[in-house]
Amino acid sequence: MATLTYRDALNQALREEMQRDPNVFLMGEEVGVYQGAYKVSRGLLEEFGPRRIVDTPIAELGFAGIGVGAAMAGLRPVIEFMTWNFAVLALDQIVNSAAKILYESGGQVPIPIVFRGPNGAALQLAAQHSQAWESWLSHIPGLKVVAPATPADAKGLLKSAIRDNNPVIVLEGEMLYNIKGEVPEGEHIVPIGQAEVKRPGHDVTFICHSKTVTVALKAAEQLAEREGASAEVLDLRSLRPLDEAAILESVARTNRAVVVEEGWPHCGIGAQVVDVIQRDAFDQLDAPVLRVTQADVPMPYNKQLERLAKPSPERVVAAARRVLYLD
Amino acid sequence: MATNVYMEALSPTMEEGRVAKWHKRDGDAVKAGETLAEVETDKAIMDLVARADGVLRQVAVAEGQTVPVGSVVAVIAAPGETIGAAGSAPPPAPALSGKGKGETGNVGVATAPAVATVSAVSGADPSRVKASPLARRMAKEAGVDLKLVTGSGPGGRVVRRDLQGAATVAASPPTFPVSRVPLPERPEGAYQDVPLTQIRKTIAKRLATSLGPIPHFFLTSEVDMERAAEAREALNKQLGDQGGGKVSFNDIIIKATALALSRHRACNAWFQEDHIRYWNEVHIGMAVAVEDGLITPVIRNADVKSLAEIGREAKELADKARSRRLQPSEYTGATFSVSNLGMFDIDQFTAVINPPEAGIIAVGSIVQKPVVLDGEVTARRRMRVTMSCDHRVIDGATGAAFLQTLKQMLENPLAMLL
Repeated sequence: MATLTYRDALNQALREEMQRDPNVFLMGEEVGVYQGAYKVSRGLLEEFGPRRIVDTPIAELGFAGIGVGAAMAGLRPVIEFMTWNFAVLALDQIVNSAAKILYESGGQVPIPIVFRGPNGAALQLAAQHSQAWESWLSHIPGLKVVAPATPADAKGLLKSAIRDNNPVIVLEGEMLYNIKGEVPEGEHIVPIGQAEVKRPGHDVTFICHSKTVTVALKAAEQLAEREGASAEVLDLRSLRPLDEAAILESVARTNRAVVVEEGWPHCGIGAQVVDVIQRDAFDQLDAPVLRVTQADVPMPYNKQLERLAKPSPERVVAAARRVLYLD
Repeated sequence: MATNVYMEALSPTMEEGRVAKWHKRDGDAVKAGETLAEVETDKAIMDLVARADGVLRQVAVAEGQTVPVGSVVAVIAAPGETIGAAGSAPPPAPALSGKGKGETGNVGVATAPAVATVSAVSGADPSRVKASPLARRMAKEAGVDLKLVTGSGPGGRVVRRDLQGAATVAASPPTFPVSRVPLPERPEGAYQDVPLTQIRKTIAKRLATSLGPIPHFFLTSEVDMERAAEAREALNKQLGDQGGGKVSFNDIIIKATALALSRHRACNAWFQEDHIRYWNEVHIGMAVAVEDGLITPVIRNADVKSLAEIGREAKELADKARSRRLQPSEYTGATFSVSNLGMFDIDQFTAVINPPEAGIIAVGSIVQKPVVLDGEVTARRRMRVTMSCDHRVIDGATGAAFLQTLKQMLENPLAMLL
């Protein structure tokens, strides 16, 4: 199995799917000649030509709308946003068109479209460019939302997203593009809606996705070293649909949970996860479920403040100590 | 305007009350001052009275139900008046702080029924056992009573680790040898759980604040009761001729204790955290066993009352205690207590101090014993008295001196006249 970066795993998925299905095309700012703001589309213009690798003006609402129209006409567009912070401009097309047309056409017009790009904070990009949008997007019926944490999951989930007949949001990460991991070659599919245990454990479950999987894995190591407690790390991978069965199975094993996410606390993904747990695993709980999130403030530009505002292994360990009654 | 009927603090230590009986029903006309219901408090059965004229509506608490002090139990409204949900109006400002005598020792509080302060989260039932959902399920499956498990989580929450031992014990089958002759009429099941009555809850709470935190020490003295017995016989003969009630040994002990206290004020005191209150008055608490607990009605100014008065009052208070009709003013404010188990053939025992009092004497039974008197062995009626002292107030020699005076009074009843 080859070791690839997250960005190259996405590139592989795009290339393979474009080779497999001539209806698949990529559109967005700088995806062609510049080969992608983060080089995800490296080599694709050369291989597939300007009809299928389409550079757009800086007009997110416009090219998102063209994408929806193309999907209605039977193509399978992949729309790249340079960052999800810019995709706010395109929310009308995502929420009011892509997510609604299948419903409003009485099931006659599917919208097989992928909206993808980096989500959440990187380093010192300040308040407007450091936002995690998953709770906004997962809120909408009609959309599917995936947030892969590893190169293998990035490849497998992007392939599933492209083949899905519904609009799928793929949340990547600027800080994830360079991470490396083993990626199966060829037909590697990760089904949408399946979480994965990234580290087994029996004392507490860390429920996480995307960048917070790394945070949770580090926290699990620290917890094992310092407290001798064993944490299970459950990577949600898909946020909508949510793999409720995997969450409940893990909590049944550990009886305690900490949900870790990059977004703000209010109405976050963790709030939804906690709802699932309290409703269907009530009798399994030995402690209240705690959450570790971004601080409830616009992301500070100051480096130290930014570090403090983000979820960290230390904060996850502190939450784990509380649910384990170690404090 | 509608008036809420609250569960009032009808005794100084009351935290919740059980509605024993409603005198008025939903829809009945009521007048201010009329009894609405009988409420079983931690000490007695008290009347809950109407605070306004009108019609009783929205009775929210059934007979037999227990609710925290400050809960809305009904509403008094004008006939036909539209009223909101019970409890929507803010409760009236508390008339008194309603603190128990154990905290302040304020006798004044005891006499006035106080409307308790209602905290922002008054809905929480203090008797509820806090346990994690998992612990609840484990306890249920193992047949463990959560009330008997000490929680190690925040706020005493019972969590999984608290049950791991208990569950194993309960799960293992009993290994007792089977008796060939079955015991007659043994109830079904391995045990019976009987919920704590209000009075038993209060006893548990009060006494746990005594023997633990209070540094007790004990002094025992054996008292010759021959002369006291002779004096009692003579007195009772005279009282009988006059048609009055009889004087008991306990009455004599109460009188002697009160007189001894008036000479040893150092023992007639309350410990008050930052000060000691030495009482000039002597009020003797007299422990009375009642059906499901005990209570200490108070004989006030026992040092200046005659034996006949003490005898009459003691009988009246004991009867009231047994029928649970004691008013708070009748069981609060003692400065010292007497507990007597002589009638149960107990030779000697130690009693638990009733805080904030600094001492209590425990009286054993009067038994004939061979004693050496003037160089000869002779049979005498003897009684052992054990004093429990709060060492924060009373030192060894102080307590001993008091006990010596008490012994002298009892051994020479004429000294009581001095």
